[in-house]
Amino acid sequence: MKYADEFRDKEIALGLAKTIRAESHPDRPYRFMEFCGGHTHAISRYGLEDMLPNNVRMIHGPGCPVCVLPAGRIDMAIRLAERSEIILCVYGDLMRVPGSQGASLLKAKARGADIRMVYSTIDAIRIAEENPEREIVFFAIGFETTTPPTAVMIRLAEKKQLSNFSVFCNHVLTPPAMQNILESPDIRSIGRVEIDGFVGPAHVSTIIGTAPYEFFAEEFGKPVVISGFEPLDMMQAILMLVRQVNEHRHEVENQYSRAVTRDGNLRAKEEVSDIFELRDQFEWRGLGQVPYSGLKLKRAYAKYDAEVRFGMNELRVDDNPACECGAILRGVKKPVDCKLFGTVCTPETAMGSCMVSSEGACAAHWTYGRFRDHQQRRAS
Amino acid sequence: MCLAIPAEVTKLLPDEMAIVSIDGVSKEISVALIENLAVGDYVIIHVGYALTKIDPEEARRTLELLRELSIEGQGVAP
Amino acid sequence: MKAYQRKLDIKNGCVDLSHGSGGRAMAQLISGLFHEAFGNEWLARGNDQSAFDVGAGRMVMTTDGYVVSPLFFPGGNIGSLAVHGTVNDIAMAGAKPLYLSASFIIEEGFRFSDLKMIAESMGEAARTAGVHIITGDTKVVERGKADGLFISTAGVGVVPDGLDLSAENACVGDRVLISGTLGDHGVAIMSKRQNLAFETEIVSDSASLNDLVAQMVHAGGRGIRLMRDPTRGGLAATLNEIAQQSDLGFHLQEEAIPVKPGVAAACELLGLDPLYVANEGKLVAIVAPEAAKAVLAAMRAHPLGRDAADVGEAVADDHHFVQMATSFGGGRIVDWLSGEQLPRIC
Repeated sequence: MKYADEFRDKEIALGLAKTIRAESHPDRPYRFMEFCGGHTHAISRYGLEDMLPNNVRMIHGPGCPVCVLPAGRIDMAIRLAERSEIILCVYGDLMRVPGSQGASLLKAKARGADIRMVYSTIDAIRIAEENPEREIVFFAIGFETTTPPTAVMIRLAEKKQLSNFSVFCNHVLTPPAMQNILESPDIRSIGRVEIDGFVGPAHVSTIIGTAPYEFFAEEFGKPVVISGFEPLDMMQAILMLVRQVNEHRHEVENQYSRAVTRDGNLRAKEEVSDIFELRDQFEWRGLGQVPYSGLKLKRAYAKYDAEVRFGMNELRVDDNPACECGAILRGVKKPVDCKLFGTVCTPETAMGSCMVSSEGACAAHWTYGRFRDHQQRRAS
Repeated sequence: MCLAIPAEVTKLLPDEMAIVSIDGVSKEISVALIENLAVGDYVIIHVGYALTKIDPEEARRTLELLRELSIEGQGVAP
Repeated sequence: MKAYQRKLDIKNGCVDLSHGSGGRAMAQLISGLFHEAFGNEWLARGNDQSAFDVGAGRMVMTTDGYVVSPLFFPGGNIGSLAVHGTVNDIAMAGAKPLYLSASFIIEEGFRFSDLKMIAESMGEAARTAGVHIITGDTKVVERGKADGLFISTAGVGVVPDGLDLSAENACVGDRVLISGTLGDHGVAIMSKRQNLAFETEIVSDSASLNDLVAQMVHAGGRGIRLMRDPTRGGLAATLNEIAQQSDLGFHLQEEAIPVKPGVAAACELLGLDPLYVANEGKLVAIVAPEAAKAVLAAMRAHPLGRDAADVGEAVADDHHFVQMATSFGGGRIVDWLSGEQLPRIC
């Protein structure tokens, strides 16, 4: 695969690992948070942590929009889908996300709700055209990468004058969440958690550009390196972060220059700002209410807003009190620190956001890294 | 958010659509978010949309840099 | 003299409830379509059961259900899949497959022409594998109750004395051999699923493996501990099962595992892992180290084993982890599948 295989070259990876080892000072830790679920997944899939020196550690951030979707929003979607006139279109990732009391879209579908998995928003439009007597609702989730496709879809619905189509909008924004992590009480209290730098999301950045991170790097004094998500990209980004830390710099650097520019995708940004506006706050599973972090449709597009169209009531569901997702998402705790990990909470029976999708820190650890816990135990 | 992969544009279609191909697998996607697209360009695709074009020159430069950085590492005693 | 008044209208006709009721219509369907396609002396006798002789050795029996959707896919259909799948289950015991039964649950409205194609594929698959479909059953259900067609099979075969392949036989140090590229079938099926439509040249690998198995047994004999075909859940499910049943773990080499570029690309596109994708014409063999070379050579010499590879070994492990060295030398585990693999976006 072009532009993929070259960035997976083993020899170069081994060389980069040596460079990182050579340049990291052995007497201090380097703790980098990767924000994007795709990065978490890449680290696990390629076993990248094994290639880093022991004092360079990756902390998995809340960069998976599936994981951070509150259980209450799932319940709202299930309620909607149970109405006989509604066809709910969802991305595959959402099917198994747990709502309250173990409910899920998959289970609701088994009980007869018309829930259809789609790969793209274009499919949802097609379903609306093919079923004029039904109401089609698209369950929209995702960060800035996935929001432009939703915007284009709404445009298309408008152009085709569809009267049976709407969107249940759960789009969220990256910089406010990164900020929330750094500002949360756990961070501010002394020495609880230190993050020395961020690996910035790959494809969010193709849309928003690198500019939005500049304020952030300045304000919090942390380096940010935007990274592609092939393994060589990540290793280069980690090296760049190590260098920034060593040189006491806190800049925004762009490793993924083949796809990311400072300004991002102007057309995509315009489409989004035409149709969406900020919510005052939005709940993130595990993080609580985060100000100015979520989007809703502008009033001019109210007829495409499922929450308005169907008078949907907000449902709030508390997470299991023993669930440590909040701490894990901020890097304060590790999956193995959570009492529920591996016992009550497994990928089949996910209790909280970190286990819900294959990129959550707990899911990634369970699926790919759990064997290391035993090795470590044996070694100690 | 993330699962996005590079693919080659093999055909442009009306209504801002196109066909892309990776190793013999082709898919129809939307290019509504891209300007000035040509057959042979590479794009990053995500949920059925092209998000951005890949800059071949930057890609080449990144690979070269990666090789250099890797050699630096190899030169250091283990 | 034939008792039926009108010939089956294969081109335009459909199955209706009368075809399941035991009357004349059903008899005509069965003989005109199924017996015609499966053509053998047992069916010709027209009984509800068929008798056969059993040679020396132990009998092996298996059963399977086929509910694949879509019914027709690149490289086969539900019928050929059913025959190959059943044959393979028997072959995995190192046994020679002999006779199959086939039971059809048909939704009313199912087209005769489709049913004929499926029956003919089954006959063809059976002949290729050297087995006979000697008994069967037909039921018809109301619209909406059967997703077109479900096929249920049973198969019997004979395994020579002294050969006892079983899941608990694997030993530390054994080699893991696979017979070819992974993920072809699953990707071929997905490419035809309505809302995931992508174009690909990948076809299902659905095939009967009994001849390949015979060659392997000839080369490796008792050195073959067990074999299994990695269908649903892929290689990952199979190895996790074996690890559990043999009370050990596995260490695999990612670089050694063969995957076609088109399959890798389709999996990337959908966010799937080829290790979890179904195969219908591949097998995994756990083989004693001293026999591995010979067995691998025998596999590679066979048309269905050209891409066979040694992908790792069995190791001592109380936790029964299936570990894999990534192409980078980093490590990961290949865990049981959680639920069904749904295409990811994220």
